[in-house]
Amino acid sequence: MLSKRIIPCLDVRNGRLTKGIKFEGNVDIGDPVETAKRYYEEGADEIVFYDITASSEGRGIFLDVVEQVASQIFIPFSVGGGINSVDDMRAVLSAGAEKVSVNSGAVKNPDIISEGSLQFGSQCIVLGMDVKRVEKTKDIPSGFEVVIHGGRKAMGMDAVEWAKTGEALGAGEICLNSIDADGTKDGYDLELTRKIVKAVTIPVIASGGAGHPKHMVEAVTEGRASAALIASIVHYGEWTIPDIKKYMADEGVVIRSIW
Amino acid sequence: MLAIFDYKAGNQTSVHRALNHLDIPNQITNDPDKLAAADGIIFPGVGAAGQAMDELTCGGLDEVLKSLIWQEKPVLGICVGCQILLDYSEENNTKALSVIPGECRLFNASWVDYEGIAIRVPHMGWNTIELQHECELFDGIAPEANFYFVHSYYPAPKEEYVIGTTVYGRPFCSIHGRQGLWAVQFHPEKSGRPGLKLLQNFYSYSQGVK
Repeated sequence: MLSKRIIPCLDVRNGRLTKGIKFEGNVDIGDPVETAKRYYEEGADEIVFYDITASSEGRGIFLDVVEQVASQIFIPFSVGGGINSVDDMRAVLSAGAEKVSVNSGAVKNPDIISEGSLQFGSQCIVLGMDVKRVEKTKDIPSGFEVVIHGGRKAMGMDAVEWAKTGEALGAGEICLNSIDADGTKDGYDLELTRKIVKAVTIPVIASGGAGHPKHMVEAVTEGRASAALIASIVHYGEWTIPDIKKYMADEGVVIRSIW
Repeated sequence: MLAIFDYKAGNQTSVHRALNHLDIPNQITNDPDKLAAADGIIFPGVGAAGQAMDELTCGGLDEVLKSLIWQEKPVLGICVGCQILLDYSEENNTKALSVIPGECRLFNASWVDYEGIAIRVPHMGWNTIELQHECELFDGIAPEANFYFVHSYYPAPKEEYVIGTTVYGRPFCSIHGRQGLWAVQFHPEKSGRPGLKLLQNFYSYSQGVK
Protein backbone atom coordinates (compact mmCIF):
# COMPACT_ATOMS: atom_id res chain seq x y z
CA MET A 1 0.00 0.00 0.00
CA LEU A 2 1.26 3.46 -0.87
CA SER A 3 2.35 5.38 2.22
CA LYS A 4 1.36 8.96 2.94
CA ARG A 5 4.45 11.13 2.85
CA ILE A 6 5.74 13.58 5.46
CA ILE A 7 7.93 16.20 3.83
CA PRO A 8 9.94 18.77 5.78
CA CYS A 9 10.43 22.04 3.92
CA LEU A 10 13.68 23.94 4.30
CA ASP A 11 13.81 27.60 3.33
CA VAL A 12 17.35 28.55 2.40
CA ARG A 13 18.76 32.06 2.22
CA ASN A 14 22.43 32.65 1.42
CA GLY A 15 23.26 29.06 2.29
CA ARG A 16 21.52 29.15 5.68
CA LEU A 17 18.26 27.67 6.85
CA THR A 18 15.59 30.24 7.70
CA LYS A 19 11.95 30.14 8.67
CA GLY A 20 9.64 33.08 8.43
CA ILE A 21 5.96 33.40 9.14
CA LYS A 22 3.90 34.34 6.14
CA PHE A 23 7.13 34.77 4.20
CA GLU A 24 8.31 37.67 6.34
CA GLY A 25 10.78 38.20 9.17
CA ASN A 26 13.17 35.39 8.30
CA VAL A 27 15.61 34.26 10.98
CA ASP A 28 18.67 32.00 10.75
CA ILE A 29 17.87 28.60 12.23
CA GLY A 30 20.77 26.44 11.12
CA ASP A 31 22.71 24.64 8.45
CA PRO A 32 20.54 23.21 5.65
CA VAL A 33 22.80 20.26 4.84
CA GLU A 34 23.09 19.09 8.45
CA THR A 35 19.38 19.59 9.01
CA ALA A 36 18.45 17.67 5.85
CA LYS A 37 20.73 14.84 6.87
CA ARG A 38 19.16 14.68 10.31
CA TYR A 39 15.63 14.60 8.85
CA TYR A 40 16.70 11.89 6.42
CA GLU A 41 18.04 9.79 9.29
CA GLU A 42 14.87 10.42 11.30
CA GLY A 43 12.63 9.09 8.55
CA ALA A 44 11.51 12.05 6.42
CA ASP A 45 9.98 10.65 3.24
CA GLU A 46 11.22 13.44 1.02
CA ILE A 47 12.68 16.91 1.53
CA VAL A 48 11.80 20.21 -0.13
CA PHE A 49 14.33 23.02 -0.42
CA TYR A 50 13.17 26.48 -1.20
CA ASP A 51 15.73 29.07 -2.27
CA ILE A 52 14.62 32.48 -1.08
CA THR A 53 17.86 34.17 -2.11
CA ALA A 54 17.46 36.97 -4.60
CA SER A 55 21.07 37.50 -5.72
CA SER A 56 22.98 35.45 -8.27
CA GLU A 57 25.77 35.04 -5.76
CA GLY A 58 23.29 33.47 -3.36
CA ARG A 59 22.17 31.19 -6.18
CA GLY A 60 25.66 29.74 -6.50
CA ILE A 61 25.79 29.07 -2.76
CA PHE A 62 22.39 27.41 -2.99
CA LEU A 63 23.45 25.06 -5.81
CA ASP A 64 26.42 24.13 -3.68
CA VAL A 65 24.03 23.20 -0.86
CA VAL A 66 22.00 21.07 -3.29
CA GLU A 67 25.13 19.17 -4.35
CA GLN A 68 26.19 18.51 -0.79
CA VAL A 69 22.71 17.29 0.09
CA ALA A 70 22.63 14.95 -2.90
CA SER A 71 25.75 13.14 -1.79
CA GLN A 72 24.51 12.64 1.75
CA ILE A 73 20.83 11.82 1.66
CA PHE A 74 19.31 8.94 -0.28
CA ILE A 75 15.67 9.88 -0.47
CA PRO A 76 14.10 12.13 -3.10
CA PHE A 77 14.28 15.86 -2.69
CA SER A 78 12.93 18.76 -4.65
CA VAL A 79 14.13 22.28 -5.15
CA GLY A 80 12.10 25.42 -5.71
CA GLY A 81 12.47 29.16 -5.66
CA GLY A 82 13.67 31.29 -8.53
CA ILE A 83 13.00 28.68 -11.23
CA ASN A 84 12.12 30.73 -14.30
CA SER A 85 13.55 28.77 -17.21
CA VAL A 86 14.49 25.30 -18.42
CA ASP A 87 18.12 26.26 -17.74
CA ASP A 88 17.28 26.99 -14.10
CA MET A 89 15.65 23.55 -13.93
CA ARG A 90 18.66 21.86 -15.47
CA ALA A 91 20.99 23.56 -12.96
CA VAL A 92 19.21 22.16 -9.90
CA LEU A 93 18.54 18.74 -11.43
CA SER A 94 22.16 18.30 -12.41
CA ALA A 95 23.18 19.41 -8.92
CA GLY A 96 21.32 16.28 -7.75
CA ALA A 97 17.67 17.19 -7.04
CA GLU A 98 15.02 14.69 -8.23
CA LYS A 99 12.32 17.25 -8.72
CA VAL A 100 12.08 20.90 -9.42
CA SER A 101 9.24 23.08 -8.24
CA VAL A 102 7.99 25.95 -10.36
CA ASN A 103 5.74 28.58 -8.86
CA SER A 104 5.59 32.22 -9.95
CA GLY A 105 7.83 31.38 -12.93
CA ALA A 106 5.04 29.12 -14.22
CA VAL A 107 2.31 31.66 -13.52
CA LYS A 108 4.16 34.21 -15.65
CA ASN A 109 5.12 31.66 -18.31
CA PRO A 110 3.05 28.44 -18.18
CA ASP A 111 5.04 26.95 -21.09
CA ILE A 112 7.90 26.34 -18.68
CA ILE A 113 5.87 23.39 -17.33
CA SER A 114 5.51 21.70 -20.71
CA GLU A 115 9.08 22.48 -21.75
CA GLY A 116 10.40 21.10 -18.47
CA SER A 117 8.29 17.96 -18.57
CA LEU A 118 9.30 17.24 -22.18
CA GLN A 119 12.95 17.72 -21.36
CA PHE A 120 13.19 16.00 -17.98
CA GLY A 121 9.96 14.01 -17.63
CA SER A 122 6.80 15.09 -15.85
CA GLN A 123 7.79 13.06 -12.76
CA CYS A 124 10.27 15.77 -11.86
CA ILE A 125 8.10 18.84 -12.45
CA VAL A 126 6.21 19.99 -9.37
CA LEU A 127 3.76 22.84 -9.72
CA GLY A 128 4.00 24.94 -6.57
CA MET A 129 0.88 27.00 -5.95
CA ASP A 130 0.39 29.76 -3.38
CA VAL A 131 -3.31 30.24 -2.86
CA LYS A 132 -5.44 32.75 -0.96
CA ARG A 133 -9.11 32.68 -0.04
CA VAL A 134 -11.12 35.43 -1.76
CA GLU A 135 -14.74 36.23 -2.38
CA LYS A 136 -16.25 34.04 -5.09
CA THR A 137 -16.53 35.99 -8.33
CA LYS A 138 -17.06 35.21 -12.00
CA ASP A 139 -13.29 35.02 -12.50
CA ILE A 140 -12.59 33.15 -9.28
CA PRO A 141 -15.59 30.78 -8.98
CA SER A 142 -13.88 28.49 -6.45
CA GLY A 143 -13.14 31.37 -4.04
CA PHE A 144 -9.44 30.45 -4.11
CA GLU A 145 -7.06 32.71 -6.01
CA VAL A 146 -3.49 32.10 -7.16
CA VAL A 147 -1.01 34.60 -5.69
CA ILE A 148 2.72 35.09 -6.18
CA HIS A 149 5.59 36.87 -4.42
CA GLY A 150 4.79 35.23 -1.12
CA GLY A 151 1.16 36.21 -1.34
CA ARG A 152 1.74 39.87 -2.04
CA LYS A 153 0.51 39.80 -5.61
CA ALA A 154 -2.86 38.40 -6.67
CA MET A 155 -3.00 37.03 -10.20
CA GLY A 156 -6.72 37.03 -10.95
CA MET A 157 -6.52 33.27 -11.60
CA ASP A 158 -8.74 30.62 -10.09
CA ALA A 159 -6.65 28.04 -8.20
CA VAL A 160 -8.75 25.08 -9.35
CA GLU A 161 -8.42 26.10 -13.00
CA TRP A 162 -4.69 26.69 -12.62
CA ALA A 163 -4.20 23.24 -11.07
CA LYS A 164 -6.00 21.63 -14.04
CA THR A 165 -3.96 23.69 -16.49
CA GLY A 166 -0.73 22.71 -14.74
CA GLU A 167 -1.64 19.03 -14.93
CA ALA A 168 -2.56 19.32 -18.62
CA LEU A 169 0.77 21.04 -19.33
CA GLY A 170 2.65 18.12 -17.78
CA ALA A 171 3.20 18.77 -14.07
CA GLY A 172 3.69 15.47 -12.22
CA GLU A 173 2.68 16.72 -8.80
CA ILE A 174 1.22 19.78 -7.11
CA CYS A 175 2.52 21.38 -3.93
CA LEU A 176 -0.40 23.40 -2.64
CA ASN A 177 0.34 26.13 -0.13
CA SER A 178 -2.40 28.05 1.64
CA ILE A 179 -1.23 31.59 2.32
CA ASP A 180 -4.01 32.01 4.88
CA ALA A 181 -3.05 28.91 6.86
CA ASP A 182 0.75 29.29 6.52
CA GLY A 183 2.36 30.05 9.86
CA THR A 184 -0.88 29.83 11.85
CA LYS A 185 -0.30 26.28 13.17
CA ASP A 186 -4.08 25.88 13.10
CA GLY A 187 -4.08 23.14 10.48
CA TYR A 188 -4.09 22.89 6.72
CA ASP A 189 -6.82 24.45 4.59
CA LEU A 190 -8.72 21.20 4.07
CA GLU A 191 -11.41 22.67 1.86
CA LEU A 192 -8.80 24.02 -0.54
CA THR A 193 -6.80 20.78 -0.46
CA ARG A 194 -9.79 18.63 -1.21
CA LYS A 195 -10.93 20.91 -4.04
CA ILE A 196 -7.58 20.70 -5.78
CA VAL A 197 -7.24 16.94 -5.18
CA LYS A 198 -10.66 16.45 -6.80
CA ALA A 199 -9.75 18.60 -9.79
CA VAL A 200 -6.62 16.66 -10.81
CA THR A 201 -5.38 13.05 -10.91
CA ILE A 202 -1.73 13.78 -10.05
CA PRO A 203 -0.58 13.67 -6.38
CA VAL A 204 -1.12 16.76 -4.25
CA ILE A 205 1.05 17.82 -1.29
CA ALA A 206 -0.80 19.90 1.31
CA SER A 207 1.19 22.83 2.71
CA GLY A 208 0.72 25.57 5.26
CA GLY A 209 -0.64 25.42 8.78
CA ALA A 210 0.85 22.31 10.38
CA GLY A 211 1.00 22.76 14.15
CA HIS A 212 0.22 19.27 15.43
CA PRO A 213 0.39 15.76 13.90
CA LYS A 214 -3.41 15.65 13.93
CA HIS A 215 -3.26 18.26 11.17
CA MET A 216 -1.18 15.94 9.00
CA VAL A 217 -3.68 13.17 9.64
CA GLU A 218 -6.49 15.50 8.53
CA ALA A 219 -4.59 16.58 5.41
CA VAL A 220 -4.24 13.00 4.13
CA THR A 221 -7.67 11.76 5.25
CA GLU A 222 -10.28 14.56 5.00
CA GLY A 223 -8.06 16.57 2.65
CA ARG A 224 -7.13 13.46 0.62
CA ALA A 225 -3.63 14.80 0.00
CA SER A 226 -0.88 12.31 -0.88
CA ALA A 227 1.60 14.07 1.36
CA ALA A 228 1.90 16.81 3.96
CA LEU A 229 4.56 19.50 4.03
CA ILE A 230 5.84 20.52 7.46
CA ALA A 231 8.26 23.18 8.64
CA SER A 232 8.39 24.94 12.00
CA ILE A 233 6.76 22.02 13.85
CA VAL A 234 10.01 20.09 13.35
CA HIS A 235 12.51 22.92 12.89
CA TYR A 236 11.98 24.12 16.47
CA GLY A 237 11.92 20.65 17.96
CA GLU A 238 8.28 20.67 19.12
CA TRP A 239 7.82 17.33 17.40
CA THR A 240 10.25 14.88 15.88
CA ILE A 241 9.54 13.07 12.64
CA PRO A 242 9.44 9.62 14.33
CA ASP A 243 6.90 10.94 16.88
CA ILE A 244 4.78 12.46 14.10
CA LYS A 245 4.84 9.20 12.18
CA LYS A 246 3.97 7.18 15.24
CA TYR A 247 1.03 9.48 15.93
CA MET A 248 -0.19 9.11 12.35
CA ALA A 249 0.23 5.33 12.37
CA ASP A 250 -1.75 5.12 15.62
CA GLU A 251 -4.50 7.08 13.87
CA GLY A 252 -4.57 4.43 11.15
CA VAL A 253 -2.67 6.32 8.44
CA VAL A 254 -0.42 4.16 6.25
CA ILE A 255 3.09 5.53 6.66
CA ARG A 256 6.64 4.32 6.11
CA SER A 257 7.51 2.99 9.53
CA ILE A 258 11.06 1.70 9.08
CA TRP A 259 13.86 3.39 7.22
CA MET B 1 33.71 -2.63 -9.81
CA LEU B 2 30.15 -1.86 -10.86
CA ALA B 3 29.50 -0.09 -14.13
CA ILE B 4 26.58 2.30 -14.43
CA PHE B 5 25.44 1.96 -18.02
CA ASP B 6 25.71 5.42 -19.53
CA TYR B 7 22.93 6.37 -21.91
CA LYS B 8 22.21 9.80 -20.39
CA ALA B 9 19.53 8.50 -18.04
CA GLY B 10 18.48 11.19 -15.57
CA ASN B 11 19.25 9.17 -12.45
CA GLN B 12 22.67 7.83 -13.33
CA THR B 13 24.46 10.35 -11.12
CA SER B 14 22.11 9.55 -8.22
CA VAL B 15 23.10 5.88 -8.55
CA HIS B 16 26.74 6.96 -8.73
CA ARG B 17 26.40 8.99 -5.51
CA ALA B 18 24.70 6.14 -3.68
CA LEU B 19 27.45 3.67 -4.69
CA ASN B 20 30.12 6.18 -3.64
CA HIS B 21 28.43 6.52 -0.27
CA LEU B 22 28.64 2.72 0.08
CA ASP B 23 32.33 2.78 -0.93
CA ILE B 24 31.52 0.54 -3.89
CA PRO B 25 33.96 1.19 -6.74
CA ASN B 26 31.91 2.30 -9.72
CA GLN B 27 32.07 4.10 -13.00
CA ILE B 28 29.52 5.67 -15.35
CA THR B 29 30.46 4.32 -18.77
CA ASN B 30 29.25 2.92 -22.08
CA ASP B 31 32.67 1.72 -23.21
CA PRO B 32 32.15 -1.97 -24.12
CA ASP B 33 35.56 -2.98 -22.73
CA LYS B 34 34.96 -1.27 -19.39
CA LEU B 35 31.47 -2.74 -19.19
CA ALA B 36 32.85 -6.21 -19.92
CA ALA B 37 35.47 -5.75 -17.20
CA ALA B 38 32.91 -4.74 -14.56
CA ASP B 39 31.63 -7.26 -12.00
CA GLY B 40 28.09 -6.10 -12.60
CA ILE B 41 26.10 -3.52 -14.52
CA ILE B 42 23.49 -1.12 -13.24
CA PHE B 43 21.10 -0.10 -15.98
CA PRO B 44 19.40 3.09 -14.74
CA GLY B 45 16.54 4.99 -16.29
CA VAL B 46 14.07 7.77 -15.65
CA GLY B 47 11.66 9.66 -17.86
CA ALA B 48 9.98 8.21 -20.93
CA ALA B 49 10.53 4.73 -22.44
CA GLY B 50 10.54 6.02 -26.01
CA GLN B 51 13.27 8.55 -25.36
CA ALA B 52 15.32 5.96 -23.44
CA MET B 53 15.11 3.49 -26.36
CA ASP B 54 16.10 6.25 -28.81
CA GLU B 55 19.21 7.01 -26.76
CA LEU B 56 20.07 3.31 -26.62
CA THR B 57 19.50 2.36 -30.22
CA CYS B 58 21.02 5.39 -31.94
CA GLY B 59 24.52 4.51 -30.76
CA GLY B 60 24.10 0.74 -30.89
CA LEU B 61 24.19 0.63 -27.09
CA ASP B 62 21.19 -1.71 -27.07
CA GLU B 63 23.33 -4.43 -28.65
CA VAL B 64 26.14 -3.75 -26.18
CA LEU B 65 23.76 -4.24 -23.27
CA LYS B 66 22.15 -7.36 -24.75
CA SER B 67 25.47 -9.04 -25.35
CA LEU B 68 26.46 -8.41 -21.71
CA ILE B 69 23.21 -10.01 -20.61
CA TRP B 70 23.79 -13.03 -22.91
CA GLN B 71 27.22 -13.42 -21.34
CA GLU B 72 25.39 -13.65 -17.99
CA LYS B 73 26.96 -10.49 -16.60
CA PRO B 74 24.95 -9.54 -13.49
CA VAL B 75 22.57 -6.71 -14.41
CA LEU B 76 20.26 -4.57 -12.28
CA GLY B 77 17.73 -2.51 -14.23
CA ILE B 78 16.10 0.42 -12.43
CA CYS B 79 12.76 2.14 -13.26
CA VAL B 80 12.72 2.83 -17.01
CA GLY B 81 15.78 0.54 -17.19
CA CYS B 82 13.54 -2.15 -15.71
CA GLN B 83 10.68 -1.46 -18.09
CA ILE B 84 12.60 -1.51 -21.36
CA LEU B 85 14.09 -4.94 -20.69
CA LEU B 86 10.62 -6.16 -21.71
CA ASP B 87 9.32 -6.55 -25.29
CA TYR B 88 7.17 -3.47 -25.48
CA SER B 89 5.94 -0.40 -23.60
CA GLU B 90 2.61 1.34 -24.07
CA GLU B 91 4.48 4.56 -23.33
CA ASN B 92 5.17 6.23 -26.68
CA ASN B 93 4.20 2.85 -28.26
CA THR B 94 7.79 1.71 -27.82
CA LYS B 95 9.39 -1.49 -29.06
CA ALA B 96 11.82 -2.36 -26.28
CA LEU B 97 14.81 -4.67 -25.75
CA SER B 98 12.99 -8.04 -25.54
CA VAL B 99 15.37 -9.46 -22.96
CA ILE B 100 12.49 -10.58 -20.76
CA PRO B 101 9.10 -11.49 -22.26
CA GLY B 102 6.30 -9.11 -21.36
CA GLU B 103 5.16 -5.55 -21.72
CA CYS B 104 4.76 -2.32 -19.82
CA ARG B 105 1.30 -0.84 -19.30
CA LEU B 106 -0.23 2.45 -18.14
CA PHE B 107 -1.84 2.52 -14.68
CA ASN B 108 -5.57 2.82 -14.93
CA ALA B 109 -6.65 5.91 -12.95
CA SER B 110 -10.05 4.29 -12.33
CA TRP B 111 -8.52 1.60 -10.15
CA VAL B 112 -9.54 2.04 -6.55
CA ASP B 113 -7.01 2.03 -3.70
CA TYR B 114 -7.27 0.82 -0.10
CA GLU B 115 -9.15 3.95 0.95
CA GLY B 116 -11.85 3.29 -1.61
CA ILE B 117 -10.89 6.18 -3.87
CA ALA B 118 -9.36 6.28 -7.35
CA ILE B 119 -5.57 6.02 -7.54
CA ARG B 120 -3.43 8.99 -8.55
CA VAL B 121 -1.20 8.60 -11.59
CA PRO B 122 1.83 8.68 -11.40
CA HIS B 123 2.32 6.17 -8.61
CA MET B 124 4.59 8.40 -6.57
CA GLY B 125 5.98 7.66 -3.14
CA TRP B 126 6.85 4.83 -0.79
CA ASN B 127 5.39 1.37 -1.14
CA THR B 128 6.13 -2.17 0.03
CA ILE B 129 7.08 -5.28 -1.90
CA GLU B 130 5.81 -8.79 -1.54
CA LEU B 131 8.34 -11.30 -2.79
CA GLN B 132 6.81 -14.16 -4.79
CA HIS B 133 10.15 -15.95 -4.91
CA GLU B 134 13.24 -15.76 -2.77
CA CYS B 135 15.62 -13.10 -4.06
CA GLU B 136 19.14 -12.47 -2.75
CA LEU B 137 18.79 -8.74 -3.44
CA PHE B 138 16.53 -8.64 -0.37
CA ASP B 139 18.89 -10.42 2.03
CA GLY B 140 18.83 -8.57 5.34
CA ILE B 141 15.95 -6.27 4.30
CA ALA B 142 12.80 -6.36 6.46
CA PRO B 143 9.65 -7.47 4.59
CA GLU B 144 7.83 -4.29 5.68
CA ALA B 145 10.56 -2.00 4.23
CA ASN B 146 9.33 0.66 1.81
CA PHE B 147 10.90 1.62 -1.49
CA TYR B 148 10.50 4.82 -3.48
CA PHE B 149 8.47 4.62 -6.69
CA VAL B 150 7.69 7.20 -9.33
CA HIS B 151 6.13 5.91 -12.53
CA SER B 152 2.97 5.95 -14.61
CA TYR B 153 3.62 2.66 -16.45
CA TYR B 154 4.17 -0.69 -14.75
CA PRO B 155 5.93 -3.87 -15.90
CA ALA B 156 3.77 -6.86 -16.81
CA PRO B 157 6.23 -9.66 -17.61
CA LYS B 158 5.33 -13.26 -18.29
CA GLU B 159 4.24 -14.84 -15.01
CA GLU B 160 7.37 -16.96 -14.47
CA TYR B 161 9.56 -13.82 -14.45
CA VAL B 162 7.63 -12.08 -11.66
CA ILE B 163 9.81 -11.94 -8.54
CA GLY B 164 7.93 -9.42 -6.40
CA THR B 165 4.69 -7.46 -6.46
CA THR B 166 3.40 -4.18 -5.06
CA VAL B 167 -0.19 -3.09 -4.55
CA TYR B 168 -1.38 0.13 -6.14
CA GLY B 169 -5.07 -0.17 -6.79
CA ARG B 170 -4.24 -3.77 -7.62
CA PRO B 171 -1.04 -5.81 -7.48
CA PHE B 172 1.52 -5.12 -10.19
CA CYS B 173 4.97 -6.57 -10.78
CA SER B 174 7.61 -4.40 -9.09
CA ILE B 175 10.59 -6.77 -9.56
CA HIS B 176 11.09 -9.15 -12.42
CA GLY B 177 13.81 -11.15 -14.10
CA ARG B 178 15.82 -14.16 -13.01
CA GLN B 179 18.85 -14.75 -10.82
CA GLY B 180 21.57 -12.34 -11.91
CA LEU B 181 19.26 -10.31 -14.14
CA TRP B 182 17.02 -8.24 -11.93
CA ALA B 183 14.75 -5.40 -12.90
CA VAL B 184 13.26 -3.20 -10.18
CA GLN B 185 10.56 -0.61 -10.81
CA PHE B 186 11.43 1.43 -7.70
CA HIS B 187 14.55 3.54 -7.12
CA PRO B 188 16.93 1.78 -4.70
CA GLU B 189 19.27 4.77 -4.93
CA LYS B 190 16.50 6.92 -3.39
CA SER B 191 15.00 4.40 -0.97
CA GLY B 192 16.98 5.18 2.16
CA ARG B 193 18.75 2.39 3.99
CA PRO B 194 16.77 -0.54 2.51
CA GLY B 195 17.60 0.73 -0.98
CA LEU B 196 21.29 1.11 -0.16
CA LYS B 197 21.26 -2.42 1.27
CA LEU B 198 19.78 -3.72 -1.98
CA LEU B 199 22.56 -2.05 -3.98
CA GLN B 200 25.11 -3.54 -1.59
CA ASN B 201 23.54 -6.98 -2.09
CA PHE B 202 23.74 -6.59 -5.85
CA TYR B 203 27.43 -5.73 -5.55
CA SER B 204 28.09 -8.74 -3.29
CA TYR B 205 26.30 -11.03 -5.74
CA SER B 206 28.26 -9.56 -8.67
CA GLN B 207 31.56 -10.09 -6.89
CA GLY B 208 30.61 -13.66 -6.07
CA VAL B 209 30.03 -14.69 -9.70
CA LYS B 210 33.09 -13.12 -11.28
